Amino acid sequence: MRITATSAVRTRPADPIRISGVGRTFTTDGVALPVLREVHLDIAAGEIVALIGASGSGKSTLLRQVCGLDTPDTGSIVIDDRPVAGVDPRCAVAFQEPRLLPWRTLAANVALGLPRGTGREAGAARVDALLRLVGLAGFRSHRPRHVSGGMAQRAALARALARSPGVLLLDEPFGALDALTRLQMQDLLLDIHRAEPTTVILVTHDVDEALYLADRVVLLGSDDTGAGSTVVRVIDVPGDRPRDRGSHDLAALRAGLLEGLGVATHQHAGDGNVPPDDLPPDDLPPDDLLPDHVPDRRGADSRVAHDRSPHVHAAATPAAGDADTPRTHA
Amino acid sequence: MSGGLRTTNGTATDGRARDHVHAAGGAPSVALEAGPGAGDEVLLAPHPQRVGADDDRSGGGAPGRTRGVIPRGGGARRPGGDRWRSTLLGALVPVALLGLWQAVTVAGVFLPVQLPAPAAVWGAGTELLARGELGGHVAISTQRVLLGFGIGAGAGLVVGAVVGLSRHANLLLGPTVGAFRAVPSLAWVPLLLLWLRIGETSKITLIAIGAFFPVYTTFAAALRHVDRHLVEVGRAYGLRGTGLLARVQLPAAIPSVVAGTRLAMAQSWLFLVAAELIASSQGLGFLLLDSQNNGRTDRLLLAIVLLAVLGKLSDTVIGLVERRLLRSWS
Repeated sequence: MRITATSAVRTRPADPIRISGVGRTFTTDGVALPVLREVHLDIAAGEIVALIGASGSGKSTLLRQVCGLDTPDTGSIVIDDRPVAGVDPRCAVAFQEPRLLPWRTLAANVALGLPRGTGREAGAARVDALLRLVGLAGFRSHRPRHVSGGMAQRAALARALARSPGVLLLDEPFGALDALTRLQMQDLLLDIHRAEPTTVILVTHDVDEALYLADRVVLLGSDDTGAGSTVVRVIDVPGDRPRDRGSHDLAALRAGLLEGLGVATHQHAGDGNVPPDDLPPDDLPPDDLLPDHVPDRRGADSRVAHDRSPHVHAAATPAAGDADTPRTHA
Repeated sequence: MSGGLRTTNGTATDGRARDHVHAAGGAPSVALEAGPGAGDEVLLAPHPQRVGADDDRSGGGAPGRTRGVIPRGGGARRPGGDRWRSTLLGALVPVALLGLWQAVTVAGVFLPVQLPAPAAVWGAGTELLARGELGGHVAISTQRVLLGFGIGAGAGLVVGAVVGLSRHANLLLGPTVGAFRAVPSLAWVPLLLLWLRIGETSKITLIAIGAFFPVYTTFAAALRHVDRHLVEVGRAYGLRGTGLLARVQLPAAIPSVVAGTRLAMAQSWLFLVAAELIASSQGLGFLLLDSQNNGRTDRLLLAIVLLAVLGKLSDTVIGLVERRLLRSWS
């Protein structure tokens, strides 16, 4: 079964994000542990950016800082010209675990995400539309414990969308799902992004997932000095979505990213993979990582992937007359 | 319609009874006494076909209808039947104890002063009731328990909330309340008598002390251990302070609080007897002491039975409230 998303009410446009000079050090029992240093990253409105990196590389910390659940020690994060200070209502988060309130029905859990001051009727209509969007229309009265992990995660996604977020933050959202459900959820996310083109930051361990979903993949990592992680590589992913999961271009990027994560790829000569040294160099100064300056030696086709404006996404929204497009009632 | 049902049911019971007279000696009288209500269903349920067969043999008025009605009636009353069955099972041991008690007194194993017959206890009860004393004892004891329980549990909720939610309050108050809890509650009795004199206040205070700690301990611990993932979700979706308390922390703590409240009710009866044994002129504890002094073992047993019944009754009431509160949790 393919989970198809259809349009639902959107009230807020996608927001651009500027992360500049962010650093963070955790202190436990008097021992300082630098996690992030000098992170610079500009994300365009409506872009999907995947953050990858080894465990402990600060991906989740950076994500939590964007929505204000954590505060950087140095540097700043600005969403659409307004800096993040405290939990930000423009953001919505979904975590690796669904984290649904077990005593609430799925519909009531989704309603938790509604922005403050949403009217009762408008809220109910929005919850209905979102449950339909994630394919849970028939399960609105179920409790989280009575549905599968994939369904709970879809409800968590609907709860995040209920905020009509300018920025959607996903912290390994499909990491706990079985392989098949994960693939379906990835397509669902793309459908959702087409229906509600918000800016998405996706933290993942899964290189294939990053390459399948993202406009750009950002590799966080550190040298061996223990000074904390920073952006070590930014890759523009070529090709329009939905992409061919078996594409040769992606396979080449995959090998390079795995190399960057310190995983041996055991490549054999002549199987079409591009050697890793054909990828952007590791030691880029932060300023060069801004989207317009990303060095790219692979030619024009990768340029398609980045610098997309929200209008491009809007054009990709399903046609108004689409048969299975439920209209939302005000 | 219901008249017709009763008729066929009655015929069926007769059929069963006849069948049982041949099969096993004692059983049919039980079935007949219980009538078409509950008891017969327990006997009928396992042999629906045999009932039908019986009717066919007797060539009764409408065998087809009879066969149709009985299984349907049994099916519709299944939940009620289960409740009756569990009530019946639960009553088995008390009835057996009563029988043993009767047998032992008839056999003259103990002197009547040591163990009066059940009938003597019943007689003592009706006599006290007729003299208008029993009602007073039960009423004043129940009032003390309810007042003490209400005050103690209420205070337990408030202090438990403060200590459970605020780290500062926990640091400030936690150790002190813990030390007070370590004092065996009966050790307060002399002090209470000294300060509050012999009267209602000292008794209700003692009961309140007994009811306070179970509620305080469970509520504070439950609030402190609310899944921090859920709390983080609440924060990420803009909940703070009382909103977070009402929507996430309180609902999450409810199962533990209900368990603590149940314990507090049991403690309240315990401390009631302690309070009334020490200084009182009315109440079930007083009845215990007074009967002991006058050698009225029948009244003494009566008081014990009444305490058991009242304690179980109050526990059942809390159990019903618990079921209601936890319905959304299941």
